Amino acid sequence: MSRSTPLREVHEALGATLTDFAGWLMPLRYGSESVEHNAVRTAAGLFDLSHMGEIFVTGPEAGQALDYALVGWLSALDVGRARYTMIVNGDGRVLDDLIVYRLATEEFLVVANASNYSMVARELTERAEPYDARVEDRSGSYALVAVQGPKSTEILRTLTDADLDGLKYYAGLPATVAGFEALIARTGYTGEDGFELFVRNEDAVPLWNALTEAGAGLGLIPAGLSARDTLRLEAGMPLYGNELTADLTPFDAGLGRVVRLDKPGDFVGRAALTERAALADQEAGPDGTARRLVGLVARGRRVPRHGYPVTRDGVVVGEVTSGAPSQSLGKPIAMAYVSRSAVEAGGLAVDIRGSHEPVDVVDLPFYRRSK
Amino acid sequence: MSSIPEDLSYTKEHEWVAGLDDGRTVTVGITAYAAEQLGDVVYVQVPEVGAAVTTGDAVGEVESTKSVSDIFAPVTGEIVEVNAAVVDDPSLVNSDPYGEGWLFRVQIGEEPEDLLTSAEYTSLTSAEA
Repeated sequence: MSRSTPLREVHEALGATLTDFAGWLMPLRYGSESVEHNAVRTAAGLFDLSHMGEIFVTGPEAGQALDYALVGWLSALDVGRARYTMIVNGDGRVLDDLIVYRLATEEFLVVANASNYSMVARELTERAEPYDARVEDRSGSYALVAVQGPKSTEILRTLTDADLDGLKYYAGLPATVAGFEALIARTGYTGEDGFELFVRNEDAVPLWNALTEAGAGLGLIPAGLSARDTLRLEAGMPLYGNELTADLTPFDAGLGRVVRLDKPGDFVGRAALTERAALADQEAGPDGTARRLVGLVARGRRVPRHGYPVTRDGVVVGEVTSGAPSQSLGKPIAMAYVSRSAVEAGGLAVDIRGSHEPVDVVDLPFYRRSK
Repeated sequence: MSSIPEDLSYTKEHEWVAGLDDGRTVTVGITAYAAEQLGDVVYVQVPEVGAAVTTGDAVGEVESTKSVSDIFAPVTGEIVEVNAAVVDDPSLVNSDPYGEGWLFRVQIGEEPEDLLTSAEYTSLTSAEA
């Protein structure tokens, strides 16, 4: 039995196709996912992300506890700012990717993926044990609503006095939105400007309705997980379970920059990740096969999908992690782990249900918004 | 609730078959229910004209943003025409699944079996919903 977010009845009234996602009943799409995708690229989309986990870490040593528990240097984060980071196991393999907001000197909000947040909360609790810090999973009390797209600021401005122009990318600001207490975060998973609004469960429906009304004349429409996935894929953003797994280190995924080996003190995974960082890129990779994460664009119209083999001269040289038809490029796109030598040699194909369809390697992201 | 025209026959794989009463050539497409389940269709592969097909053969595929599904031959016979318009513009499957979104025509070789009436197909889709 899937759990429902506080917005389930709103989605049903909008005629959404609901789907189980990580144990939650979530809107897959409301109408056409292409229309929703394009609305976010050109105007704005409204998302229910209440399945995400909100874990609060508080106390005099909250920063030090997170420095030990995660790969990032969170004690150095300014109040009001946010960081993309990861939690790894002792072998340096990724357990989840996270966004951490510093709400106050002694208060952090850790946002984890729906499929992982209970485990993340348990790990954080255990890892914070020696510190004067308290870990509390408040996922059950918080809803998360996102407004994403070029019209986001204009829409949100009508509902809050908060200084949105002063709110930078990867920053968070406690404020009142449509009369409700909220954390306004300038973060997202679409490749567009936008905001994520953390509110109490009971405020989710009236906030959603206020945003819908505020955005009605500006092209805002509700958007589901299907559009969210194609938007993040075009933006080259990794999805846990696809590009990131417990078999890979952050370095394998090309995200070694999140590992702050320069921070003071020990942290979970430090020894393994120090060793991994020292290896030349050519010598390492998932299961030692020297693969790297690349972007692929298909020449034909068939879509490479998660799990499909990448081939060269009929030999398997990699595997697709995510793939979809791209609205912005008008062609199928994919991310894949491919052996470095094969990437350099070129002439790659994806085995799409038995036929080897040619693909070209491109730099990520596939799509970058114009500023 | 998606529409299920009464004058068509159906398969468990959510295809429709038209023209059974009129003669030897039938038209095949996918149902509105299937189109809604798939979401925006982005790619359609149809069989080649002249191909001999047997009921249950995978003869093409229909691909949406989130998934890909085989198209099965609902009858045994020979492919005599395919819809070039739907190959060019796969969104016709969503916008007009029983009309401009048709996929191919088959000249029937054997008497079709196991096709569903609209009432039977309606109960199949309500059971799935």
